[in-house]
Amino acid sequence: MNKNLLWKTIFIVAVMLVFLYGIFGVPSSFSGQGLLASIQNRIHLGLDLRGGTHLILQVMVNDAVKADADNAIERLKSEMRTANINYSEISQPDPQNNADRISIKGVAPEQSADLRRIVQDRLPEYDLASGPENSWAVAMKPSALSELKNRAVAQAIETIRNRIDQLGVSEPVIEEHGLGEYQILVQLPGVDDLARVKEIMQSTAMLEIRQEISGPFSSEQQALQQNNGVLPPDTVLMRGKSVAGSGSDRSGDQWFILSRASAVTGRDLRDATPTRDENNRPAVRFVLSSEGGRRFGAFTGSHVGDRLAVVLDNKVQEVATIQEQIKDEGRITGQFTEQQSKDLSMILRSGALPAGIRYLEERTVGPSLGADSIRHGVMAAIIGLVAVLAFMLIYYRGSGINADLALILNLIILLGFLGFSGATLTLPGIAGVILTVGMGVDSNVLIFERIREELRNGKTPPSAVDQGFSHAWVTIVDTHVTTIVSAFILFLFGTGAVRGFAVTLTFGLLANLFTAVFVSRVIFDAHLNNHRAGEALSI
Amino acid sequence: MLLFAATNFRAAGRRKGNNEVEFFRNTNIDFLGKKWYFLAFSLIFSVAGLISMGHRWASTGSPLPLSVDFRGGTLVYVKFTKPPNDSEIRGKLEKSGIRDAKLQRIGNVANNELLISLDIKETSEQALDAGKNKIINALEPNPDQTKKDLNNASAQTIQEFLLTQDPLRAGTDANQQYQAIAQQIVTIRDKNFGGAIGSFDQLNGVPAPAVQSLQQAFYLSDFGVRNVEIVGPQVGKQLQQQAWRAVLYSLVGMLVYLWFRFELIYGIAAVVAVFHDTLITLGAFSLTDKEISLTVIAAILTLVGYSMNDTIVVFDRIRENIKLLRRESLAEIVNKSINQTLSRTILTSGLTFLTVLSLFLFGGEVLHGFSFALVIGIIIGTYSSIAVAAPMLVAYQEWRAKKQGQTAQVATLPAAKAREKVRAR
Repeated sequence: MNKNLLWKTIFIVAVMLVFLYGIFGVPSSFSGQGLLASIQNRIHLGLDLRGGTHLILQVMVNDAVKADADNAIERLKSEMRTANINYSEISQPDPQNNADRISIKGVAPEQSADLRRIVQDRLPEYDLASGPENSWAVAMKPSALSELKNRAVAQAIETIRNRIDQLGVSEPVIEEHGLGEYQILVQLPGVDDLARVKEIMQSTAMLEIRQEISGPFSSEQQALQQNNGVLPPDTVLMRGKSVAGSGSDRSGDQWFILSRASAVTGRDLRDATPTRDENNRPAVRFVLSSEGGRRFGAFTGSHVGDRLAVVLDNKVQEVATIQEQIKDEGRITGQFTEQQSKDLSMILRSGALPAGIRYLEERTVGPSLGADSIRHGVMAAIIGLVAVLAFMLIYYRGSGINADLALILNLIILLGFLGFSGATLTLPGIAGVILTVGMGVDSNVLIFERIREELRNGKTPPSAVDQGFSHAWVTIVDTHVTTIVSAFILFLFGTGAVRGFAVTLTFGLLANLFTAVFVSRVIFDAHLNNHRAGEALSI
Repeated sequence: MLLFAATNFRAAGRRKGNNEVEFFRNTNIDFLGKKWYFLAFSLIFSVAGLISMGHRWASTGSPLPLSVDFRGGTLVYVKFTKPPNDSEIRGKLEKSGIRDAKLQRIGNVANNELLISLDIKETSEQALDAGKNKIINALEPNPDQTKKDLNNASAQTIQEFLLTQDPLRAGTDANQQYQAIAQQIVTIRDKNFGGAIGSFDQLNGVPAPAVQSLQQAFYLSDFGVRNVEIVGPQVGKQLQQQAWRAVLYSLVGMLVYLWFRFELIYGIAAVVAVFHDTLITLGAFSLTDKEISLTVIAAILTLVGYSMNDTIVVFDRIRENIKLLRRESLAEIVNKSINQTLSRTILTSGLTFLTVLSLFLFGGEVLHGFSFALVIGIIIGTYSSIAVAAPMLVAYQEWRAKKQGQTAQVATLPAAKAREKVRAR
């Protein structure tokens, strides 16, 4: 064997060993079971094979925009008050579609410069434009708007990840779903109680503590009637958690008039834990951060005797009288079950979602179906592989061994790659492996047919092999590129399982360039080295 | 031609006693002479598919039978422990307010598996899983409100129940013990019985006290849920758009690549051939009423690549022969090229077909549509590279020659940019 050939052989064996390591790692034992266990360790199975849930969530980014605009309106009002700017109306003309738009009406022309200065200095993320009849339109700058929306998505991902982690779900995937706008992809292998997990993810968990001005009322109308049809300034009307069957009111609805500003919010929380109240009912205890504690202490100190409302997701959870100054601790009671108090404290710890969440897609594969799919996929792969290997042996005889070796190495590299890269193997991915067998052998057929042709044209075996490889090479590159182009597009547009298919197909074909061309050639060269002139090539 | 026969003879003579297996040796089939048959064949299948799609469009509003991926909706895949009775199930569903559910047997009848699907109208994003919950509740017999359904209980629920009951009087490692038992029960149910057991006796190997204890708080419904797919209208539309775009982009990508490697007309011919394959494959789905899902689109994109493979192999040979045989007409060159590559074309298609057939026969229900698309597509893709793409090149050249008033005797088709390094030898 010449030296060049020796090095090539060593290289091929090294590649094979490296990728075998990729598939098996260092197996604990070489029994069938031990090998299987180590494969399962190295190659990640997709949800469709191992079972699990795939969810697509829409972040209602408009909520975050609206909250920001609400905040801006409050700031504008107070700034205009200090600057003595009079206005007739300030409102959001289109909160559904353009939540960042604020309209101010009735500002005197001579005060417009002041207004412009306020927006410029105090609301740097907003632009001011003049409209007809002394009206002004304030809207968020496009760059700030898109940043706000993206931040809401990033924050939602972070919060959901916190919650999922605390639920103890193993190996979850939580990421931005690139295919839609402001969507999140969540993959949960093996969740036991999907309904509960979904509820926990979806819960906005916006906690606010506000001062109760008056209440409770049995209906919105009643609350307004008490105040002659208009809410007192700087207050909001909020629904309470319904207390079924209590009092004379049949619906059990309760309404409260609360201060618009909140004393503290969920952002000021440091910790939340499940606990029990005096009556031994489940409750949630919370601890405020030092900053929040200072503010809360000041507020409660000056409002002893007033009533406080704990508001969760815009629903009044409970109302209590302030007995004395409270610094940094509080308790939320309500009609919780043990589980609910646990979940609520967990959700509060993980922080609020910046915007509401809606489920767009839900797919759950039961473990029984996943196991079936693996069985079917592996069976189809083995039958397909054996059929192809046998055919190549019968049709090309001696050279069939060559092709079969190349094909097996092709599969080793493909599976080893899956092990190394951490890419997941899905059911369509297994189909990709099977197709790789069929399409990979194409390269060998192309080369062999060409060699046969050259032999027929009277070339000697070494020259026929040489010509066969070089002619077929051009075609092989073209065919591989076109297939990889379609696989690449599939990867760009596909999701989950389909992506797995694109990945295995692409890497199967790339590995095929190496095995069918390089490896196969080395095997031929090694064979021809011992070849006596005039002896026929078994092809 | 004579020269070729002579060399062949010599080559065969030199390898005497070498009885090799070969299917298509020295074929000399006049493929182009049969172009009208090919055209008729392609037209019949394309038009049949188109008529079926048109009919479907008129009656259902969509030219193709779309799966839940694209049309949106709810799909629950249920395994029963005994053969399900469709009208009985329909009755149960109607009782809980589901009127137009579609019931469909899936896989081997002996498996007692049923797909229950709801229209997109029953699936809104406000409460995405409402339909699913309704279906499951309708199927649940629930003889006793206090008991739970073991066939649809999670390992965690089982473990928690056993922990509170402690039937084995387990010591400090009760948690681990009951976790193992719960896992064992779920494994038996899901792996051995496909998701639903018919009686507690089937829990072979589970400690008897644990089974007895479970029987007090759990009953066995006659079904287990194997798979749930719920796609809201927004995602359905999104996926539809993406699928169209993916197919379109890959066709354009191929066109550009072939333009760069060969000449524009080669690219156009290849893309027309691939488009023809896609059309006929989609037509087959419409004719057989099989649903187009995401994985089917993946299969179709694979076909685009695969059919392109076959076409390129033929084109490569045409390009080579145009340079080699300057005196022959393009029609002869194309014919010769097809014949020369025929052995390879049939072989690889046959081998790929073999693997795909194995997938179709043994790959299970989930991959059924995927492998069906490949089975149809590989046959059509191979056919089209011979019967559609190559004749188009000749037709183009004849058309161009006529326009310029030349006779189409000599191959005037551009022989492509000489990018090959092969010829040097």
